[in-house]
Amino acid sequence: MKTTAQPLGGKLLTKPFIILSILAIIAAYLLAERLIFGLGAVTNLNNGYAWGLWVAIDVVIGTALGCGGFVIALLVYIFNRGEYHPLVRPALITSVFGYTLGGLAAMLDIGRYWQAYNLFLPWYAQPNSVMFEVALCVTAYTIVLWIEFTPVFLERFGIKGLRNKLEKVLFIFIALGVLLPLMHQSSLGTMMIVMGFKLSPLWHTALLPLLFLVSVIIMGYAVVTVEAILSSAGFRRPYDTTILNKLSGIMWFLLLGYLVIRFTDLIIRGQLGLALSGDLNGNLFIIENLLFVIPVIILAKRANRNHPRLLFIAAMSMLLAGALFRINTYLIGYDPGRGWSYFPSVSEIMITVGLFAFEIMLYLIFVKKLPILDRS
Amino acid sequence: MNRRHFLKVASTSALTAIGADAAQAREPKTMPPKAVGMLYDSTLCIGCKACVAACKRANDRPPEIAEHHKTWNQGTWDTAQDLSGDTLNVILAYSHGNMSQKDSETDGYAFMKRHCLHCIDPSCVSVCPVSAMRKDPSTGIVTHHPEACIGCRYCVLACPFSVPQFDYNTPFPQIHKCQFCQHLQAKGEIPACCDVCPTGATLFGDARALIEEAKRRLAAKEGDTYEFPRGKLGSDRSTHIAKIPKYQNNFYGEREVGSTQVIYLSGVPFEKLGLPTQVTEHSYVSLSESIQHTLYKGMIAPAALLTGLMVMAYRNRDKSNETNSGEKK
Repeated sequence: MKTTAQPLGGKLLTKPFIILSILAIIAAYLLAERLIFGLGAVTNLNNGYAWGLWVAIDVVIGTALGCGGFVIALLVYIFNRGEYHPLVRPALITSVFGYTLGGLAAMLDIGRYWQAYNLFLPWYAQPNSVMFEVALCVTAYTIVLWIEFTPVFLERFGIKGLRNKLEKVLFIFIALGVLLPLMHQSSLGTMMIVMGFKLSPLWHTALLPLLFLVSVIIMGYAVVTVEAILSSAGFRRPYDTTILNKLSGIMWFLLLGYLVIRFTDLIIRGQLGLALSGDLNGNLFIIENLLFVIPVIILAKRANRNHPRLLFIAAMSMLLAGALFRINTYLIGYDPGRGWSYFPSVSEIMITVGLFAFEIMLYLIFVKKLPILDRS
Repeated sequence: MNRRHFLKVASTSALTAIGADAAQAREPKTMPPKAVGMLYDSTLCIGCKACVAACKRANDRPPEIAEHHKTWNQGTWDTAQDLSGDTLNVILAYSHGNMSQKDSETDGYAFMKRHCLHCIDPSCVSVCPVSAMRKDPSTGIVTHHPEACIGCRYCVLACPFSVPQFDYNTPFPQIHKCQFCQHLQAKGEIPACCDVCPTGATLFGDARALIEEAKRRLAAKEGDTYEFPRGKLGSDRSTHIAKIPKYQNNFYGEREVGSTQVIYLSGVPFEKLGLPTQVTEHSYVSLSESIQHTLYKGMIAPAALLTGLMVMAYRNRDKSNETNSGEKK
C-alpha cells in the first residue's frame, strides 16, 4: 500500500501538550493509590454499582471511539472505496490508542489484575460468558491494530523488506480487523442483557447487540469526521470536503436505520411511555435520542454536508449520542435496588480525564513524528 | 458474490439471528439430580441471628462493628447491616407502622434471611469469564473459586439477588458469597445456619423434598397445629410444634428467574422482604446465552464471515493501492 502520508513535524512541547501531561501525571499518581490501597480508595464503586465511570467511559466508550479504524477499513478494503484511503491512517491511530488504553483501563478496573492471564488459560475458559468473548476479542483486536499499524513504523524507519512481506499478508489482518469489532462491539451490548430487571426497559432489550453495533459504526464515522476537521483546523492543513461529504451520506442512512430499529423495538415492547415519565431515566432517554435526531436533521440537507461547521456539529452530536446511549445502558438505566447509589468520585473522574489526556498526547507525538496524515 | 449481495445476506442473517432469540430462549435448566436446598420460613424466624453468628464461625469471618459502637463493642456484638465481604448470611427486618403484629404487612414486622439462593440457572456462573463461579452438577451448590477470579465483578452486577460481595478496601480483594457450607456438607454435616436455627425457620434438606414441605405448609389450614422440622428435613431432631400462620399464596423460588434451590415462605408479600418479584419466569441467563449461542454456535458464523472478509480484502488489495498511488504494479 503506497501512501502519500508524511510526518507533520514541528515542536512537540507545546502548551496544550504540557497541560495534557500534567493531567496524565495526576492520573498516574491516583492510579498508584488505587494499586496500593484498593479500588475503594479512589472510586465510589460499591456492591450495588460494581462498575462505574471506568467501565462505562474508559472501556465501553473508549473502545467505541476507537472504531474509526474499523469502519474506514470496512469502506476501503471490503467495499473497495479507495477514495477514502487518506482517512485510513489517521483513523487507525485513534483505534490503536482507543483500544490499547481501553484495555489498560479494564486492567486497572478489575480487582484481581494479577490473575488477568486466567482469561487466556484454556482450563478456566467459560465460553458462555459474554465477557470472556469480549476480553478475547478485544485483546486479539488490539494486537491486530498494532500489526495493521506496523507499516507506518517500517516506512518511517525505512525497513523495506519486512514491510513488503507484511503487505502480502496484511489482508488477513484487515479482515480480522473488521470481524473482531463486529463481534465484541455488539457483545458489549449483549453484556447488559443478563442484568434483567436491574436495567430499565428503556435499554433492556434483546436487540442491544444490534443497537450497540449500528451505533458504534456511526460513532466510528463521526470520530473520523471530527478528527479530519479538527486536524485540518488545528494543524492549518487544507480541508477536504468531498470525502467527508460522502461519508456524511453514509452516516445519515445509518442514523435513520438506528432510530427505526430503536423505536420500533420500544413500541413493540410497549415501553416507549417510560420516556415521558419525567424521571432521570426518561429524561436522559430523550436527550440521548435527540442527539441521534439532530445529525439526521442537519445532514438531511445536502448543502450542509459541505459545510465544515455544521458537519462538525452533526458528528459531535453523533459521538455524544452514542456515548450517552452507552452511559445510560451501563450506569443510568441500571438500578440494583436495595438503596444503592453511585456517583463517580473526583479521583475516579481525574483518572478518566488523565487517560484521555494521555491518549491525545500519544496522538500528537505520533502524527508529528510518523507518516500518518495525508500530504494534500 | 458482489458486495451489495454480500452485505444484504450478512445483514439479514444477523438480524434474523438476533431477532429470533427474543422469542426462542435456550432450554431452561432443570434441578440437578441430588440438589440440596434450604427452606426459610419467615413466619418461624424470631430474629435471634444465631444463624449469622454460626455462619461467621463456620466460615471464619469476623463480626462487623458499626463505627459509633467501636468505643464499647469489643466484637461481642455483630451488627452487620447487610451482606458484605465479612457477612455471608444476614437477618434483616421489615417493619411498618407501629410494628405490633408479627408477619403483618400493615402495623407489623417480619424477618428476612439473605444469602445465596443457589439458582438453578445462576447468572454469576454464566457471566464469569474465568469459571470462578461454578455450579456443582450433582448438588447444585454454587461455589466461588478465588484462584480463578480476576475481580471483574460481573457476577456482583448480574446476580438478581445482589449476593456476591467484593472487597473495595484492600489491594488484594476477593469475591465472597455463601457456598452452602460445602465444607461441612462434605463431612456429612449440614450448613451452620440450619444447624443452629432454634425454630426450624431455616431448614436444610433435599431441594425437591423442601418444595413438598413448603407446599404442605401452604395447603395446611391456618391456625392448625403443625410439626415444623428443625435442622434437616427428615432428620430425627425434635420438631417445633406451632400453629400454621397466614402465608402468602405461594412460596418464592419456584417460578422466579428460572427457580432457586433456596426457597422462601412468608406472611408478608415477598417484595417487602426485598426479594425481586417483577422478574421473568425464565432466567435472564437463558436470554443472553441464546443470543451468544445463536451468533457463535461452533464459531461457524464468525468463521464464514471472516473468510468472506478475507476474500474481499485480498481482491481489493491491488485496486486500493492503484487508487492511491495512481500507478500500476
